[in-house]
Amino acid sequence: MTGVTLGKALNLALHDALQSDSRVVMFGEDVGNLGGVFRVTDGLQEEFGRERVFNTPLAEATIAALALGMAMKGFRPVAEMQFDAFSYPSFQQVTSNIAKYHTRTGGAVNMQLVIRIPYGGNIGAIEQHSESPETYYAHTAGLKVVTPSTPADAYGLLLGAIKDPDPVIFLEPKARYWMRQDIDIPAPPLPLDRAQVVREGRDATLIAYGPTVQTALLAAEQGESEGVSLEVVDLRSLSPLDMDTLAASVRKTRRAVVVHEAPVFMGLGAEIVAQLMHDLFDVLEAPIERVGNATIPYPPSRFEKLFLPDADRILEAVDRTREY
Amino acid sequence: MAIRNVTLAGLDREQLLHMHYQMVLIRRFEEKAAEEYTLGKIGGFLHLYIGQEASGVGALSALRPEDYVVSSYREHGHAILKGIDPKAVMAELFGKATGCSKGRGGSMHMYSAEHNLIGGQAIVGAQLAIGTGIGFASQYEGKQSVVSVMFGDGAADEGAFHEALNLASLWKLPVVYYCENNQYSMGMAVTKAWSVSSLEPRAAAYGMAYERVDGMDLLAVRETMLRAAERARKGEGPTLVESVTYRFRGHSMADPAYYRTRDEEARWRSSRDPIALFEAKLKENDIITDDDIAAANMRADEVVEECAQFAEESPVPEPDALYDDVLADGTGAIAWRNQPSTPRD
Repeated sequence: MTGVTLGKALNLALHDALQSDSRVVMFGEDVGNLGGVFRVTDGLQEEFGRERVFNTPLAEATIAALALGMAMKGFRPVAEMQFDAFSYPSFQQVTSNIAKYHTRTGGAVNMQLVIRIPYGGNIGAIEQHSESPETYYAHTAGLKVVTPSTPADAYGLLLGAIKDPDPVIFLEPKARYWMRQDIDIPAPPLPLDRAQVVREGRDATLIAYGPTVQTALLAAEQGESEGVSLEVVDLRSLSPLDMDTLAASVRKTRRAVVVHEAPVFMGLGAEIVAQLMHDLFDVLEAPIERVGNATIPYPPSRFEKLFLPDADRILEAVDRTREY
Repeated sequence: MAIRNVTLAGLDREQLLHMHYQMVLIRRFEEKAAEEYTLGKIGGFLHLYIGQEASGVGALSALRPEDYVVSSYREHGHAILKGIDPKAVMAELFGKATGCSKGRGGSMHMYSAEHNLIGGQAIVGAQLAIGTGIGFASQYEGKQSVVSVMFGDGAADEGAFHEALNLASLWKLPVVYYCENNQYSMGMAVTKAWSVSSLEPRAAAYGMAYERVDGMDLLAVRETMLRAAERARKGEGPTLVESVTYRFRGHSMADPAYYRTRDEEARWRSSRDPIALFEAKLKENDIITDDDIAAANMRADEVVEECAQFAEESPVPEPDALYDDVLADGTGAIAWRNQPSTPRD
């Protein structure tokens, strides 16, 4: 299929999941007739009916708990939170119950459910509509956290998330909903725990995920014109982390820069740097750099480009690792 | 037509004309904001109050300056009614340093300590809990201030609604929970979202006073709110007011409103426009002339033009100002500052 947007790829994955497994049900605020704010569920209610795809009142905590209840009964619920910060009212159910039920029941109950959350900035919104909440979720044992960077991955990872026996927080980079790619579908689900080298290089590894993968690729392209060969790794899974793929890349390049939109302080980059530093202490030529946001509430739209990672900031970080 | 100096609902002609002007001003302000949004002058999301003017003007005219208002993301009108200079409200929409939140809040987070506007909230239902907190503090201090929590029908389905109402009723907090039921939580009709046909049983569940009012009828709204505020001020506890209204525009500027018919919208606009209804009532009582109405519109047009010009000409905040006001102890506590970036070509 040609020119499929990331949003459409998600829609196709939801469609195929609904079609192939009668246990899949989908719900959230305005996901029915309206098709969601970003139209990711567009047309699904029409095709599969109100029994399978339906609206709920505004009640995020209970939406998450509906997924819990449905999962406990063997359904495959896919719940939508409308925006990143709108997921916080559901946080209690996700962290205290969904994440813990499998353990709490001695492994008797699986929480096979997906919570989809559009996240990240770069759409000219503001706080509460542009946040990167991944570390809140990744910090919680019992959850898997996944984020695609391309339409093809969006399709495969979402199918994989729906088939996975554990609860998956599926973070959708909202600024990339309109990114287009030719994709082959139907395609098999992708494994949830594999990072992917999306560009090979020699001089340093750029580690990115979700919305920043395209930014890292842009930086790598610009780097090439400056004579620097950059490898780009797309994490895809934020929890668990595929440290084998990361370590293999950094063992080769000996330098690394972690790129994310979330604040650098206590961001996912901190964990990645700590693990790489521990495992590759003898191999690294320079301290690993991090590019991300400052410790401030998400900036007003006028300023977001100043604070989001861009190719220049990534290449400056690369320079620091090469000049060390 | 001879203008008579009659009173309506205890208000003299000057007061009535002022309230009419306030409704017109809010509508013109929102129309202007929509225009500027389309021109790209306003970033983020924009939720217009058009259609709900009587609900806002009637309710807030019943409050005193020392009373607090905490609102939703549809709060531009509330901010103006609380006394914030419309210029500062428009500048906030533009993200300018002269905005009422220094350009850091935007459309959904208007704030003014001076005017006791506790702010707009982007998270649906947040204001119900926040307003309860302000009400508790007000009672604790022994002040006579009342808190008006402005929210929509969708927020009444959030957990915060139920937590707040129970606690406020239990402790007899001086709060008016003012639901502007505009019939839709974004795309979902209230009839599909509520298990009840009005909020009355929910108020009853918490042992709370309840009043339902036609939100398109300015004077009825005002009288309802006066009673509710009075109960709160006398220590008789909170009231849940349900003001039945309609938003004439989509949920936000991005909303194509596929979930309702154009016929339904036209019916409300043509027969239930709160400004037209108030004008008719004033005319019926020989209080307003067509010239008065034209003058109010002209004055409102001038004010909103000035607002837009002020916002346009105001300075943008310095990017470094984003590091200010994160913590009250100053910028020393910022955990991570980005290095300034230099473009490579």
